[in-house]
Amino acid sequence: MSHLLPDILFYVFSALSVAGAVLVLVNRNPMTCAMSLVVSVLSLAILYLLLSAHFLAVAQMIVYAGAIVVLFIFVIMLLNLTDEELGRFRFSLFKTIGAFVAVATLLAVAPDIRVSIPAPAAGDAGAPAGYGSTKAVGKLLFGEFLLPFELTSILILSAMVAGVVLAKRELQPKKTHSLVDWLLGFFRT
Amino acid sequence: MNFFPVGQTHFLATSAFLFTLGVLTVVVRRNLIVILMGVELMLNAGNLAIVAFSRFSGHPAGHVYVLLIMTVAAAEVAVGLGILIALFRTRKTINADEATYLRW
Repeated sequence: MSHLLPDILFYVFSALSVAGAVLVLVNRNPMTCAMSLVVSVLSLAILYLLLSAHFLAVAQMIVYAGAIVVLFIFVIMLLNLTDEELGRFRFSLFKTIGAFVAVATLLAVAPDIRVSIPAPAAGDAGAPAGYGSTKAVGKLLFGEFLLPFELTSILILSAMVAGVVLAKRELQPKKTHSLVDWLLGFFRT
Repeated sequence: MNFFPVGQTHFLATSAFLFTLGVLTVVVRRNLIVILMGVELMLNAGNLAIVAFSRFSGHPAGHVYVLLIMTVAAAEVAVGLGILIALFRTRKTINADEATYLRW
């Protein structure tokens, strides 16, 4: 019986995460979509816990539910779209073809998922001790993966600069002589 | 496929469903905010697959990959929403079909 509870939790939360994704797809109001995204993302955090990825589960909650979705909601409220600006759903040939291709890809992949991976032995040995803990992930991150970790800081810095440049952009280019304006003018011509 | 016990296959199936829903969101919706959410769904599906592979093969390196992917996703959303706000300021629209010039 002790193995049954995690399995039931898996079905509950994977259904919740898929349901949240469906609501993101079908809701017209972007604010409702953002709330559905929170449901999907938090259910995924529970799935990470079931996979004994404890550190990642908390990181998922903090980064996705705490930062990314808040950013989405911030922008949605900042834009404050009216009903007309949201637009109506329209059918088009390209949308139909695209949706068909997406579903066909899922159906094409499904047999591979089903067949290629053998079912776990009756008693899955369980994760080794300390697997997925902050200590284990941190040791890998600051040891073997130190270079990618440091490159990430450059990525975040460039994203920060890009955010500032995009947010400060004026409708008409100003006649100033800062380096950023010069660069923007250079790339504009 | 047995429903019990839950193994790698079940997590990969969930991941495949989430990824397909993300692709559908990107393809079908024209609201740029929701399109970015679809991209997030796809990244989440990929993360779930990586964590499942990591757990059932016993290699904890997958956790580091997922952490780095989360960072990339956060940076991508920050820049994407910045572009979206700049677009809305100049064009007064966030419909993907009306922003086709790749310039302002």
